[in-house]
Amino acid sequence: MIIHVNGESRGIGDGQTVAALLHELEIRADRVAVELNLEILDRKDFETRGLREGDRVEILSFIGGGAR
Amino acid sequence: MDTINDRLVIAGREFKSRLWVGTGKYKDFVETKKAIEASGADVVTVAVRRVNITDRSKENLLDYLDPKKYIILPNTAGCYTVEDAVRYARLARAAGVSDLVKLEVLGDEKTLFPDTAGLIEAAKILIKEGFIVLPYTNDDPIVAKKLVDIGCPAVMPLAAPIGSGLGIRNPYNLKIIMETVKVPIIVDAGVGTASDAALAMEYGADAVLMNTAIAGAQDPIAMAEAMKYGVWAGRLAYKAGRIPRKLYATASSPIEGML
Repeated sequence: MIIHVNGESRGIGDGQTVAALLHELEIRADRVAVELNLEILDRKDFETRGLREGDRVEILSFIGGGAR
Repeated sequence: MDTINDRLVIAGREFKSRLWVGTGKYKDFVETKKAIEASGADVVTVAVRRVNITDRSKENLLDYLDPKKYIILPNTAGCYTVEDAVRYARLARAAGVSDLVKLEVLGDEKTLFPDTAGLIEAAKILIKEGFIVLPYTNDDPIVAKKLVDIGCPAVMPLAAPIGSGLGIRNPYNLKIIMETVKVPIIVDAGVGTASDAALAMEYGADAVLMNTAIAGAQDPIAMAEAMKYGVWAGRLAYKAGRIPRKLYATASSPIEGML
């Protein structure tokens, strides 16, 4: 099925969880925030939250920035 | 300087340094780390952005700045609406470990001046959600008072436009803010060189936050160190109490014993 991760389409296995997606992308879960269809997820829900066709996932983390 | 008895406390949290620094605009993470070490700052601001999922080799800022060693202060830089600022603040809290946020609601791309009406609105929402909101605001004493009244434990008025290096454009307003509100004042943005930082502290600011003045200097690491001493010198001078200004001379050497 197709989901959208950070604005890009991506094929993933049916029923894949947020944690599995992060693992596949080699992203450390303890350093990111995940927004699923505009809902910010609790980190403890990454393991259980399943993804569905067409979901919009945003994965964000801290980068260098001052005021701008 | 006796830093033990001169700690800055905001919302019950102790901050070791009175120089806070941003982490943007550096050449690379190594330079970022070195400059921050040279500055002696224990508070570093960071932005929240999409993770690069196509280039996974990209290193993470937190590999260089240990969150156990530094207080990570996420900002809402680049947000021009209340909705965006609130969204980014919530994302920052989800990505990090604390409720601290440096709240920015910008009003205009050319000046990057704060939209103070939006700022107050966003601050209200976030404070209700338990955030410790440190608002980036204009050098306006009335707005500063409103921000404190709604529950901001500190205010961060600008010295001059972000990245402008113009120094303190309105020292009298800053002084009025310091007399108007009884919370720590962190002068944020617009500092150009060490004397600007010293001046802010001499006026009575509790801390200074800067990014471009260090990262944009020809030698960022040397400038970071200069800023450290500038802030120290200004703080010490403020605590020491300067002499009054007079129009005419007062001799330093005694007249007695002269031929």
